[in-house]
Amino acid sequence: MAQAQLAQGQAPLLAVNDVSVVFGGIIALNGVSFDMHKGQILGLIGPNGAGKTTLFNCLSRLYQPSKGDILMEGSSILTRPVHRIAEIGIGRTFQNVSLFQNMSVIDNVRIGMHSHTTTDVVSDSLQLPAVRRTEAAINARVGEIIDYLDLNDVAARVVAGLPFGTQKRVELARALAAEPKILLLDEPAGGLNHEEVYVLGDMIKRIRTDRNITVLLVEHHMGLVMSIADHVVALNFGRKLAEGTPAQVQQDPDVIKAYLGSKES
Amino acid sequence: MTTAHETAPAATASKKAAAAAAPSMNIARVASLITLALLLLVPLFLKNFYIFQMTQWLIYAIALLALNILTGGSGQFSLGQSAFYAVGAYTAAVMMEILGVNYALTLPVAGLICFVFGFLFGLPALRLSGVYLALATFALAVAMPQVLKLHFFESWTGGVQGLVIIKPDPPEFLKTIGLKVSQDMWLYYFTLVVGIGIYIASVNLLASRSGRAMMAIRDNQIAASAMGIDVPLYKTLAFGISAGITGVAGALGAIAVAFVAPDSYTIQLAIALFLGMVIGGVGWLPGSLAGAAFIVFVPNIAESISKGLSGAIFGIILIVIIFLVPHGARQVAYMAQHLIGKIGKSS
Ligand SMILES: Nc1ncnc2c1ncn2[C@@H]1O[C@H](COP(=O)(O)OP(=O)(O)O)[C@@H](O)[C@H]1O
Ligand SMILES: [Mg+2]
Repeated sequence: MAQAQLAQGQAPLLAVNDVSVVFGGIIALNGVSFDMHKGQILGLIGPNGAGKTTLFNCLSRLYQPSKGDILMEGSSILTRPVHRIAEIGIGRTFQNVSLFQNMSVIDNVRIGMHSHTTTDVVSDSLQLPAVRRTEAAINARVGEIIDYLDLNDVAARVVAGLPFGTQKRVELARALAAEPKILLLDEPAGGLNHEEVYVLGDMIKRIRTDRNITVLLVEHHMGLVMSIADHVVALNFGRKLAEGTPAQVQQDPDVIKAYLGSKES
Repeated sequence: MTTAHETAPAATASKKAAAAAAPSMNIARVASLITLALLLLVPLFLKNFYIFQMTQWLIYAIALLALNILTGGSGQFSLGQSAFYAVGAYTAAVMMEILGVNYALTLPVAGLICFVFGFLFGLPALRLSGVYLALATFALAVAMPQVLKLHFFESWTGGVQGLVIIKPDPPEFLKTIGLKVSQDMWLYYFTLVVGIGIYIASVNLLASRSGRAMMAIRDNQIAASAMGIDVPLYKTLAFGISAGITGVAGALGAIAVAFVAPDSYTIQLAIALFLGMVIGGVGWLPGSLAGAAFIVFVPNIAESISKGLSGAIFGIILIVIIFLVPHGARQVAYMAQHLIGKIGKSS
C-alpha cells in the first residue's frame, strides 16, 4: 500500500479512459475508466459477465473498444496491432490457460521471448552466429525463469497432460519471459484449491517485488484479491461500480449488493 | 542481461533437461548415423534402375519434408503441393532446355520462384483454415496441369507434349581421378547432398525462433499473437518456405526423370504427398523418408502381388498401416526407442 500511495503523484503507467465495448446488442463495457500506477497490484473484481475478460482483451488488443482510449506510459495502444503489444511491456495469462499444448514447457517459455528477439527465417535456417547468440540469451533467461517458478522437473515435458496447476505456472513463466512492465492475470486462482490459492498469492506478491512488475489481477476469489491487492476496481454489467482500497470496496453497498445478487463469494 | 546470478540456474536447468533426454538422444543419433551410412553406401551395390528409384525416393522425401514444415510446423493443410512441385519442375526444364542453364543452378531459382508463388498464395489463404484451406489448395492442384497446357505458354512449356531434358553427366573431375560414376549414380548423390542440406536447414529452422513461432501458431493463434508473434506473416512464410522446398524437389524430379509434362503433376501427386506425410508422421521430419518410401515402393509391391488388383492391395496396405500405427513412422520410432531403452536398462 505504501508503494501505491507513493505512486499516486506520478503519471499512471496505464490509463483506461472511458472504454466501451459492444458485441451486437450486448454492452460488455460501458465507459470504464481507471489508472494503474507503477508497482501496484490492482484487483479487478466483479460477478460473472461483468466485463473483466473483455477489458483484458482490450488491453491486449484482441478486442477493439468502440469508444475511449487506453494509454500505456502516455501513448495510445489502440493504433498497435495485436502482435505489437508484448513489446511495449504488456504481458498476460488467459482465463482458461492458453498454452502451446504440443510443445515442451521450455519451448513455451522460450516463445515468451519472441517479442524481444529478432532473428529471421534465413538466419535461423543457417544457424548464423547471431542466431546462436540469441538462442543462448533466450536459454539463459528461460532457465532463470524456470528455476524461479520451480518448473525444472517438467521443463522437457510436453504441456498437454500436465496438471492444471502446473500449466498455470507455465503460463506465468511464459508471460514473465517477455519481461512485462504490466502483467495481466485473468482469474489465476480459478481451478486451484485453497492451499494453492494461498501459494499463488505469495507468488504474485513476490513477482511484483522481485521483478518490479505491476499486476492487474482479475479475480473471482475475493479472499485473494482482498489479501494482496493495493487497489481494487469493481465492475458490474460493464460499468465501474466502485474503486478504492480493498477495505473501502468491500464495504461499498453497491458491491455487496452485486455480489449477493449473483451469489458469488 | 546475463549476470552471473542468472546464468548459474540456467545452466542447471538446461543440464537437467539434457540429462532427462540423454538416452533417447543417443538412440536417435545412432539411428540417424546408420540411416546416413545406408544412404551413402547402398547405391554403390545397386543397378542403375534401383539407384534411379532411390533418387525418386529422396526427391519425394524432400517434398514431404516441405509439407511437414507447413502442416506439422505451422498447422496449415495443403492438397496443392503438386502445383509447387510442377512449377519447380518446369522452372528447371525451361532453364536447362530453352535457356541453356546448368542444372545445378536451376535449383535455387526454382526454390525462389516457388517461395514467392507460395508466399503470394498464402496471403489470400490466410482467410481460410482447416478444410477450407485444404479445398483452396486442392483447387490450385487441379488447375495447375491445365495452366501448363495452355497454348499461350506453349513455346516455353511444350504444351501437352511437355519438354524432354538432357540428363546431366557426372562432372569431369570424377573421371580424371579414376572414378567411374553413372549418370544415375551421380544424380543420386547430387540429390542426397541437396536433401541433407535442406534437412539440416529445416531442423535448424524448427529449433529456433521462427520455427517456434510457426509451431505456436499451429497450437494456439490467439496466444501466439499475444506473445508478439505476427501470425499472418509466419503463416505466409511457412507457405512460402514449404512451396520453395517443394519447388527444389520438383526441379530435382525433372532432372532425374529427364522429362516434364503437365500430366505428371496432377492432383494424384498432391494426394500421394499428403498420404506420405501422414504415413511418416505429421510434424516429424525424419518420417519424410518413411513416407516417401511408402509412396514410391508400396505401389510397386502391390503391383507385384497382383497386377489387376494393385489398387485394392495398395488400399488394404494403407488401411492396415493407419489402423495399426495412426501416427505413422513416428509412432514406430517411438515404440522402438522405448523397446531399446528397456532392453538397455534390463541388461
Ligand atoms: N466475443 C464475444 N462476443 C459476444 N459477446 C461477448 C464476447 N466476449 C464477451 N461477451 C459478453 O460480454 C459480457 C462480459 O463478458 P466477460 O468480459 O467475459 O465477463 P467476465 O470476464 O467479467 O466474466 C458477457 O455478457 C459476455 O457474454
Ligand atoms: Mg472472465
